[in-house]
Amino acid sequence: MGAVVGTLTMQTKQRRPSRDKVDDDLEMTVVCHRPEGLEQLEAQTNFNKRELQVLYRGFKNECPSGVVNEETFKQIYSQFFPHGDASAYAHYLFNAFDSGHSGSIKFEDFVTALSILLRGSTREKLQWTFNLYDINRDGYINKEEMTDIVSAIYDMMGKYTYPALKTDTPKQHVEAFFQKMDKNRDGVVTLDEFILSCQEDDNIMRSLQLFENVM
Amino acid sequence: MSQKTNIKNGVGAEVKLVVKVFDLLPSPPDGVTMAAGVAAWLPFARAAAIGWMPVANLPMPIAPTDKNKRQDELIVLNVSGRRFQTWRNTLDRYPDTLLGSSEKEFFYNEETREYFFDRDPDVFRSILNFYRTGKLHYPRYECISAYDEELAFFGIIPEIISDCCYEEYKDRKRENAERLMDDLEDSKDSKLPNMTFRETMWRAFENPHTSTMALVFYYVTGFFIAVSVITNVVETVPCGSTPNQRDVPCGERYTVAFFCMDTACVMIFTVEYLMRLFAAPSRYRFMRSVMSIIDVVAILPYYIGLVMTDNEDVSGAFVTLRVFRVFRIFKFSRHSQGLRILGYTLKSCASELGFLLFSLTMAIIIFATVMFYAEKGSSSSKFTSIPASFWYTIVTMTTLGYGDMVPKTIAGKIFGSICSLSGVLVIALPVPVIVSNFSRIYHQNQRADKRRAQKVQKARLARMRISKTGSSNAFLHSKRNGMLNQALELTQLPFRMKLSDEGSTGEDRHLNKTTSLIESQHHHLLHCLEKTTNHEFVDEQLFEQSYLESALQSLPSRSPSLSSQEGITGTCCSRRAKRGSRPSSEAHKPSHMHPHTHNLQELSAIHIQCGEQRTLNTSRSSLNMRPDESGGLNCKSSSQVTTAIISIPTPPTNNSPTSPEAPPNLASNSSAGVVKVSAL
Repeated sequence: MGAVVGTLTMQTKQRRPSRDKVDDDLEMTVVCHRPEGLEQLEAQTNFNKRELQVLYRGFKNECPSGVVNEETFKQIYSQFFPHGDASAYAHYLFNAFDSGHSGSIKFEDFVTALSILLRGSTREKLQWTFNLYDINRDGYINKEEMTDIVSAIYDMMGKYTYPALKTDTPKQHVEAFFQKMDKNRDGVVTLDEFILSCQEDDNIMRSLQLFENVM
Repeated sequence: MSQKTNIKNGVGAEVKLVVKVFDLLPSPPDGVTMAAGVAAWLPFARAAAIGWMPVANLPMPIAPTDKNKRQDELIVLNVSGRRFQTWRNTLDRYPDTLLGSSEKEFFYNEETREYFFDRDPDVFRSILNFYRTGKLHYPRYECISAYDEELAFFGIIPEIISDCCYEEYKDRKRENAERLMDDLEDSKDSKLPNMTFRETMWRAFENPHTSTMALVFYYVTGFFIAVSVITNVVETVPCGSTPNQRDVPCGERYTVAFFCMDTACVMIFTVEYLMRLFAAPSRYRFMRSVMSIIDVVAILPYYIGLVMTDNEDVSGAFVTLRVFRVFRIFKFSRHSQGLRILGYTLKSCASELGFLLFSLTMAIIIFATVMFYAEKGSSSSKFTSIPASFWYTIVTMTTLGYGDMVPKTIAGKIFGSICSLSGVLVIALPVPVIVSNFSRIYHQNQRADKRRAQKVQKARLARMRISKTGSSNAFLHSKRNGMLNQALELTQLPFRMKLSDEGSTGEDRHLNKTTSLIESQHHHLLHCLEKTTNHEFVDEQLFEQSYLESALQSLPSRSPSLSSQEGITGTCCSRRAKRGSRPSSEAHKPSHMHPHTHNLQELSAIHIQCGEQRTLNTSRSSLNMRPDESGGLNCKSSSQVTTAIISIPTPPTNNSPTSPEAPPNLASNSSAGVVKVSAL
C-alpha cells in the first residue's frame, strides 16, 4: 500500500516540473538589444567616444540584456533612496526617459536623455524637465500633475524627516510653485511660462549647472 | 548562461536570445553602503535630479568634485606572477577592502607599474570577481582555512558570500572547527594548572582517562551496573526444585542474598549520583540532563520499595516498579560512546522515524479492515474484530509470520499477500535514511552542533540587518561628519583661515578621506533632495523626539539661547574631541562656515516656513539634532522669524577653551542675539 501511495506521489511530482519548465522557458526568453554603433551615437549626442564607452560598460553590466524595464529601474532608483519609497518618482522618470513609450529603456534612450541633462543647453534641460512634469503629455502642467510629482518627490524622503511631513506639505509646495510659474493665472503652466519663470529664478539657473561635471 | 542566437543582419537589430537571466540586479552585499553595480547608475540618478530643480525653493549644495579626475585606467594586479587587469573604478566600488582603499598603494611596484601581491592566484580569482559582479563565491575545491586567510588579507568579510555558496562555506567551516576542537580537547587534558577540587572531580567523571582514580571509579561503577543487571535477570530464573511441586525462581529462594546485592548496588549508584551532583558546574543543568534522569529512575524503585509497606493493594504497583530497575542498563551509555551516538541518531532522525510509524499505522489500519471483512465469511475465523486483525497485519508486514492467525478465504489470502509485500517496502524505505544519518554522525562525532549552527545563522542575519540599517544611516552620519568637508570646499571663506589656525584641517582632511567619491556623490544627491523638499532626513529616535516636542507648544524666546548655546558648543567641542560620537549628541557644525551669500535666499525660504515651524524650537534636543545647512548668519534679525542658525553670538565664558569656532567671529555680526533654532 505504501508502494501505491509512493508511486502516485512520484507521478504527480514528475508532471509538475515539466509544466514549470515551459513557463520558465517563456520567462527566460528575453529580448536582447544591441545599440547602434558608436559613431552614430556620438553624432546624436553630446558625448565623445570615451564617455559613451564608460556609460555603456556600466549600463551593460547592470542590464546584460540591453534594456531596462520599469521594475529594474525602480529597484535601482530605490537603492539610492533607501529611506523612503522611490517607486512613484521612478515611474515618472522612467516615462520621461522612455521617449518611445516602448515600456523599456534602451541604451539609446538612456544616452540621449543623459546628453540633454548633462550637456544640453538650458532650454533643452528645462524642456526635458517640463516633459517630466507633464505626465499626460498634453503640453500643459496642471495642478494635479504637479501634485503627483511633488508627492512622489516627498515620498522619497520617507517617514523620518525633520520637520515631520504633513499631509498638505506637497500641496503647499505646489501652490508656491504655481504662484511662481503660472504667469497668466490660468491654472496651467505652459512650456513658455515654465521656461520664462525658470530663467528669472537665479536659484534654478544655478542649480541646473550643478551636475555638469557628473561624467 | 545558455544562449541560442539567431542573429539577424543589421546593426541595432533586435536579437532574440534564450538567456537564463538569474537576476538583473545584484543584491547589495553586506557591509557596503551601495551595491557595486548600482554605483554605475549614480551619474544617471544625479543627472535626473535636475528634475527636482524647478520645484526646489532653496539653493542646492555644492557638488563634490573629483579632485584627481583622471580617466578610468586599467590597473595591473600581479598575484604571484599571474597578471589580472581591471579598471580602477571596479576596485573603487568597495572602499573598505584592501584593493578598494589606499592600502593597496603599499604593494605598488614602481618599476613594473603594477601592484604585486604574494598570494594565491586561484583564490584571487574569486576575490576579483567579487569586485566585478558584486557576488563573492566560495569554490568547492578550495580549502576552507586557506580561503578564510585570503579573505582576511584582502579585507573582505565572509558574510558577504552570496547565498548560493554560503551554506557550503558554513558547513565546511563547522567541520573544520569541530576537528580543531577535538584536537584541542585531546591536548587540553594534559594541562591542568590549578583547578578546584570540584572541577577536578567533574573532569574525572567526564573523562575517565585523565587519572587513575577516575579510571578505577569508571570500572567500578561499570562493574556494579553489570552486577545489578545480572542480578535482576537471575532473580527470575527457576533454580533448584524445592520439595514443592513447582520451581521457585531464585529470587524467592535466596531473598536475603538478592536483597543484599540490590542494596549494595543501589548504595553505590546513590553515592555516585550524589558525587556527580556535587561536582557538576551547573547543578540545574545536570539535573535536567538525560543521564541524570536515567540514574534517578534506576535507583528510585528501591527507595520507593523501602518506603512502601507490604500491602496487598500496592504490591502490584511495587512489582511494576521493579521493572524500572532494568533502566540501569542505560547507565552503560556513559561508558559507551557508540550507545550515545545511537541515541543521538534516533533523536535526530525523529522525523523519519515518525514518518515510518505513521505510514505503518495507516497501513495496519487499512489492511486490518480489509482482512476483517474478507475473513468475515469464513467459519471459525480468528479475525474476530478489526483490532484483533491488527496483530495479524503487524506480524505479516514485518514478515514475522507466526502463523497463529491465517486467512482461509481466497480473498483473504490475496489481500494477505499484498499486505506482506507492501510491508517490506514501507519498512525498507526510511531505513536507509536512518542508516546514513547514523554513519554521518558517527564519523563526524557531532554533539550538539546543530544548536550552535542556528545561533550562527541568527548572528549572521543580525549582522546583515545592522549593516543594512547602517547604510541608510550612513547618509545621516556622513552629513554630520561631512559638513566639515563641504565647508572646506567652499571657497574664500574668511573663517577658513581661523580654522586652519586651529590646526584642525588635518583632522578634517582625514574625515574627507574616509568617504569615497561615490559615497560623497550619493550623499550630495540625498542632500539635494533635502533641499528640494525643505525637509531633512533624521534618525528614528530623533524623529520621535521632535514629534513629541512639536506636541508641546512652546513659543520661541530668547532666554533659552544661552543654555542652548552651551549645549551646542559643548557638543560641538566634544565632537571635535572625539570623532564619530553618537549622532544624537552631535550638533552640527557651526553655521558660520557657510558663506554669506546663502543668507538672503535662505531667509526668503525660511519666511515661508516659519509659520509651521514656530513650535519646534528652543528645546535643547531639537537644537542638537538639526544640521544647519541653511545656517547663515541672520544679519537682519527679525523677531518673528525663528530661524535655525546654530550661530553662537555671545557665549563667552561658557565655552570650553578648546572650541575652535571662535565665538568672537560671530559676535560682531549678530549683536541682536538671534535665537538659534533651525526652523527648516
